Amino acid sequence: MSDVILKVDNVSKQYRLGLVGSGTISHDLNRWWNKIRGKEDPYLQIGDTNDRSTKGDSQYVWALKDINFEVNKGDVLGIIGKNGAGKSTLLKILSKVTGPTTGEIKTRGRIASLLEVGTGFHGEMTGRENVFLNGAILGMTKKEISSKIDEIIEFSGCERYIDTPVKRYSSGMTVRLAFAVAAFLEPEILVVDEVLAVGDAEFQKKAIGKMQDISRGGGRTVLFVSHNMASVKSLCTKGIVLENGQVAFEGTAEHAVAKYLSSDMGENTSLKTFDKNYDKPTFKLESLGVKNNNRNYTEPVVEDAEIEINLDITFKIDTTDKYNITYHLHNELGETMFSFYDRDFEIKIKKGNNTIQCTIPKDFLQSGSYSLSLFIVKDKRVAEFAEKNIFYFNVVNGAKEIGVYSGREPGYIKPTFQWKNV
Amino acid sequence: MSTKDTNQWLYTISPRNKVIDLNLKEIWSYRDLLFLFVKRDVITLYKQTVLGPLWYLIQPLITSVIFTIIFNGIADIKVGEDVEPFLFNLAGVTIWNYFSECLKGTSDAFKKNQNIFSKVYFPRVIMPLTTVVSSLLKFGIQFLIFIGFYIFYASRGQAGSLNVEALWLLPILILLMGLLGLGLGMIISSMTTKYRDLTFLVGFGVQLLMYVSAVMYPIEVAVEKITNNFPESANIINPIIENNPLAGVVETFRYLFFSEGTFSIEKILITMGVTIVIALLGLIVFNRTEKTFIDTV
Repeated sequence: MSDVILKVDNVSKQYRLGLVGSGTISHDLNRWWNKIRGKEDPYLQIGDTNDRSTKGDSQYVWALKDINFEVNKGDVLGIIGKNGAGKSTLLKILSKVTGPTTGEIKTRGRIASLLEVGTGFHGEMTGRENVFLNGAILGMTKKEISSKIDEIIEFSGCERYIDTPVKRYSSGMTVRLAFAVAAFLEPEILVVDEVLAVGDAEFQKKAIGKMQDISRGGGRTVLFVSHNMASVKSLCTKGIVLENGQVAFEGTAEHAVAKYLSSDMGENTSLKTFDKNYDKPTFKLESLGVKNNNRNYTEPVVEDAEIEINLDITFKIDTTDKYNITYHLHNELGETMFSFYDRDFEIKIKKGNNTIQCTIPKDFLQSGSYSLSLFIVKDKRVAEFAEKNIFYFNVVNGAKEIGVYSGREPGYIKPTFQWKNV
Repeated sequence: MSTKDTNQWLYTISPRNKVIDLNLKEIWSYRDLLFLFVKRDVITLYKQTVLGPLWYLIQPLITSVIFTIIFNGIADIKVGEDVEPFLFNLAGVTIWNYFSECLKGTSDAFKKNQNIFSKVYFPRVIMPLTTVVSSLLKFGIQFLIFIGFYIFYASRGQAGSLNVEALWLLPILILLMGLLGLGLGMIISSMTTKYRDLTFLVGFGVQLLMYVSAVMYPIEVAVEKITNNFPESANIINPIIENNPLAGVVETFRYLFFSEGTFSIEKILITMGVTIVIALLGLIVFNRTEKTFIDTV
């Protein structure tokens, strides 16, 4: 293996829950009293694991507990995990915003962090002045910025407004300018939080392209936190999964994403049961689920097997033949990819419970995150029920490909066509 | 995995800074940031105000006029035979303002910059230093105004006499004021991250401090009047005024221009010692706080 550029050694971070204030002084005094007697900090021995949904017994919580990993030079490490798993805390420690409670991190390179774009932007100053200030905050020297200022302005696409105070900018323009500054940082290690989820589609593409250039061309090391599995898979070479403040998995990015999505750790479950809000006068929605046709809902949905969409619905009226089901499929940007419906098929909806299944052929959907909108249409025209993004699901690379890093191909569908010599 | 050269790490992120872990090299490498922050402070302070930088002048001039009316007109404090009371007060206010600007600006360094500090790392001490430098610019302008009035009154023989031999002390006095403000401010800002009580004290405290710092009276006159008028409490109040390092600096500042009041090189040396201790203490406390303040602020 190549050089280790960053080593995280037994890092833990403890937070105190509740308000800072009452009781803080007494705890501080107790700590100090134990310290001068040469004893250990009494509050370090207690503390719950970091699980946001369960009620804890202790006032102290370990946001991170005994984190160990190494990053090699040139690696692009994706850090994934659900909300509150400790991702941001880890990034904060890496970027020296806050210190760890115990343990240490050793590095062989300059770390620059991008937890937010536009840190320190001042509305009263012009775009150009802000580029200099923001660049310096991120660790560039004035000379470095001067030599890159033209490129930065060009990349941002805000040339016309560059000598206007930033407070007159649209929010999108501010973000563009801010990202442009960050894109021209040249540290050995770059720490990036989900800043790519900004700007319009055109700019997002530009930003992701720039990130790829940084990691591939420059041989720089990037640590990247995201909820967007598609960008983690396309950008990262390695991945770690955090769960309740601990490293649950470490390996290739593909593996990590698959692990994250397959276990119940993901926010997305592939079966959604509806509550009484979906009990309508004419029908009641029971559940909606997506799975491969020979597997369970608990398993990941893979792209190289048929995918079933199962809708469980109970009709309370007799005139069920007037009703049709329509779905819209959206990609992770929320763009509608296509719509599909049961109208032209031999579907009989009956009074009482129905399970209506739609099968998407294998090797059709590209791995990624998708959402479904559901419409229940009466008389082929009136939408009696419509809910956008009623259901989210993920499709992962097929089982045979897991472990072989090939990168995600562009696009959202991956159909198999006929090829032959003629 | 190469673990052979573990001692070649560039740096280590560990739970707590050492007691004195002042990385001067690192601070130096961020000097551009310091200047850009100063530039930001200067160009944004008076944006969209009608009078703009004139505010730099209005505040000390009006304060001095009011002090002259109250302390010299009403309370009848004698400031020296051939020194115009207004000029005397302007001198005190000018040097005092530098200290109070530094202190006030520094004392909420952590709280005010919470947003930046929680997102990106740079040596935190850059922020207090920015305050000291941009306050120095402000002081420079106010000092020029003072010089203007000084020349005006000197031409009419109402400005005492310039003490040319002691004038080399001037930059040292300014440095002392800056360091005192910086040191005290850093101590306060570190303590306010957890306990906010001190924030309420700062504005009020600076004002109280001004009254025992010989800004609007000569030390000698004050000590004499207090001994005569309040003999019971004189041995509490007088030592405060006499030993207050700030009073010493203000008094010496006026001594340079008017050759009036008390002056002793010993006192200046003691003040320097106290200043260095306070500034170092401030740095130590600030350094200890900067790693984890973001969790408690």
